[in-house]
Amino acid sequence: MYDYVAGKLDWMAAGLPTEGTNATHPRAGDVSRKDVPTAQLDERLGEVRERVRAAGWDAAVVINSQRIVFGLLRSKELEKDPDLRIEQAMRPGPSTFRPYVSIKEMAKNMADHKLESSPITTSDGRLVGLLLQKDAIARAGEIE
Amino acid sequence: MPTEIDRKQVQSLLEGGAQLVEVLPADEYEEDHLPGALSLPLRRLETEAVHQLDRTRPVIVYCWDTA
Repeated sequence: MYDYVAGKLDWMAAGLPTEGTNATHPRAGDVSRKDVPTAQLDERLGEVRERVRAAGWDAAVVINSQRIVFGLLRSKELEKDPDLRIEQAMRPGPSTFRPYVSIKEMAKNMADHKLESSPITTSDGRLVGLLLQKDAIARAGEIE
Repeated sequence: MPTEIDRKQVQSLLEGGAQLVEVLPADEYEEDHLPGALSLPLRRLETEAVHQLDRTRPVIVYCWDTA
């Protein structure tokens, strides 16, 4: 007999699939954009900005080599001095959410707290994707 | 005493044919459960495990978290 002590919460926080009535409802991890540009702490802002804009984005998530989230670069941060290192330019420690949170709950939370985007991470802080408020609201509206 | 395992060990045991058992109340199981898990709420575990589980395969039990 084995005991999976971290349980269902750990499984869902890792973005792994489940079965059941809730499994068909969209969640933060499903709707988040997996193609969000990423940046490393020691890069220069100028080169990151160029790469982010070329990809059609105005935001990027700052991660390390294990994809652990350290910060966020929104349009405001991307406009800073191009010679700054990402570590100096980023907004550190952004609020992150787990992949299993329902999209309706996310849409309300992001609107209430005026979050234009939120990184979705596993319980150990690894990036799953970036959830945009407009995507969350649109998807939540579809299931009203 | 059951052996405590983590997510990777769960996945590995499942690949080898282990049985998964959720011990939370049935309504919580209905909402979300790990793929392929059986529902055996704690109250029924002792009486029903014998009938529903295969003694020849490893059994992994889980609840919501460590609490």
